[in-house]
Amino acid sequence: MEALMALIIGLLTGCGVYLVLRARTFPVVLGLTFLSYAVNLFLFAMGRLTIGQPPVIAAQAAGYADPVPQALVLTAIVIGFAMTAFVIVLALKARAELGNDHVDGKQEP
Amino acid sequence: MNHLVIAPVLLPLLAGILPLLPHHPTMRQRRLFSIAAVVAQLGLALALMAAVSDGKILVYTLGHWPAPFGIVLVADRLAAWMLVITTLLALFALLDAIRGADTAGRHFHILFQFQLFGLNGAFLTGDLFNLFVFFEVLLIASYGLLLHGGGPERTRAGLHFVVVNLVGSTLFLFAVGTLYGVLGTLNMADLAVKAAAAPPENVALIRAAGLVLFGVFALKAALLPFHLWLPAAYAHASAPVAALFAIMTKVGAYSMLRVHTLIFGAGAGPAAGLSEPWLLPLALATVIVGMLGAVASTHLRRQVAWLVVASVGSLLAAFGLATTAGLAAGLYYLPHTTFATAALFLLADAIARRRGALGDRLDPGPATASPRLLGGLFFVAAMAVAGLPPLSGFLGKFLTLHAALDHPLLPWIMGTVLAGGLLGLIALARTGSLLFYRVLPSEARAAEPWPALVRETLPIIGLLLLGLGLTVGAGPALDQARAIAAQMLEPQAYIQAVLNPGGTP
Repeated sequence: MEALMALIIGLLTGCGVYLVLRARTFPVVLGLTFLSYAVNLFLFAMGRLTIGQPPVIAAQAAGYADPVPQALVLTAIVIGFAMTAFVIVLALKARAELGNDHVDGKQEP
Repeated sequence: MNHLVIAPVLLPLLAGILPLLPHHPTMRQRRLFSIAAVVAQLGLALALMAAVSDGKILVYTLGHWPAPFGIVLVADRLAAWMLVITTLLALFALLDAIRGADTAGRHFHILFQFQLFGLNGAFLTGDLFNLFVFFEVLLIASYGLLLHGGGPERTRAGLHFVVVNLVGSTLFLFAVGTLYGVLGTLNMADLAVKAAAAPPENVALIRAAGLVLFGVFALKAALLPFHLWLPAAYAHASAPVAALFAIMTKVGAYSMLRVHTLIFGAGAGPAAGLSEPWLLPLALATVIVGMLGAVASTHLRRQVAWLVVASVGSLLAAFGLATTAGLAAGLYYLPHTTFATAALFLLADAIARRRGALGDRLDPGPATASPRLLGGLFFVAAMAVAGLPPLSGFLGKFLTLHAALDHPLLPWIMGTVLAGGLLGLIALARTGSLLFYRVLPSEARAAEPWPALVRETLPIIGLLLLGLGLTVGAGPALDQARAIAAQMLEPQAYIQAVLNPGGTP
């Protein structure tokens, strides 16, 4: 499971970095979203991957799932969601005001 | 528990939320409320500074959960120093904004208070994840403020600023996640203890996470090579916003200082001195690049923005010495450069508005109205920024060079700081003579009415007077800076205050 998780995080990050470096605002926004997915999964995995373990104290539990990364990831998701919404609106505003969707607002030949 | 510690965080939060309630205050009411809130914050910051002046470290455990299980706010000398600087700057930026810039878009005062909420929280928090959250709060507010007023240029600069900072936030989370995964805590004092006791197989991971954090803070501070976002963003923000943003790069410098003295300080065992090989060379390169940018600028506002980059370099070069004298020099230089660059941003706007279609473009044009007053203010501000005696900029640079006398890289530091000063002097002298001496002949202008002129220049004069206060009161200010530096280099007291509040070993 760890290998699969690491692979997914790496793939998402790679796609995110590639898309953020594109010249149009839409791929950039998409890339930022991928990056935030990757970091959310990463944060989640930092509590170690466990299956079927209780997060709070139970009498017969053999182990526990770490609740702190889950709380962190919730915060990160909320912030990431708000940021994505903001950057989409900003990209639309830039498209309207600059006349095209290039990140520098210039017409390409 | 001393509730004074959380007051500077709560007050701007409430002051930001209250005007949103369905009451529809008039603009005058909003302005008065905003000013009152900032003045109250200044009072709180000064009270906090007095409360920690004896070297006590005040810890506020939210919900009374003991550290490291709960979230803590920590007020020490450094936090109080940063709070006072921030609120003073905010007061003058606001005084400039209420002349009309705040009506260019909606909710200026609310965004302004949220920006202060984020700044104050970032300075007071003792938890690495909360530092991230407060960074996000201040960034979200700053996106709104940067775009305040609209216009294509501002939108373009805003888009770059937002995307760069979002990538920075992602990296911040990766670093925080790695530290949590290895050390199992996010409380900064607890991180320091755990990092010092880390088994050797984990040291590489901790160092990697620490360097990613360093990169994130370097991005926020606009350290080379992450400085390219700053000139466009600051040059296109409205004047009071650009003035307030003068503190934003200092948040990065503050975080660097906090994290790298506390978690990766001398007592951190294998992870100690993590950023030292990087900080000083990068800071010196930033000084040169910033000053070259200032010399090459064709617009006044962009020139001031490049001077901000150079001042970050000077500040971090002082921090990079990593000695008490070096940190003290940096901490003395920090308020000086914040106030001086903020004054220059406001002044650039005042000059640009009087040059008609030319704006802040550095081409000869007809004489501005009130040339003596504006020229005089520009002269004083330029002397302060370029670091000429007798103003505080000179003292800050002198202290940095004095602290560097025993450093192995002394020739490089001395050469860079002095060459940077010379380049800054050339840039500002050229700008000043172009704006005020080499003017095209034009018919004499009518004198401007005094009340408007006074209201316009009052924030600029206030900021310059603060710099003058730092010069005249250099003794007490420097004593304070030395006390902060000594406290920063002895992180044991901070760790004890957070983790062991009862005082029992």
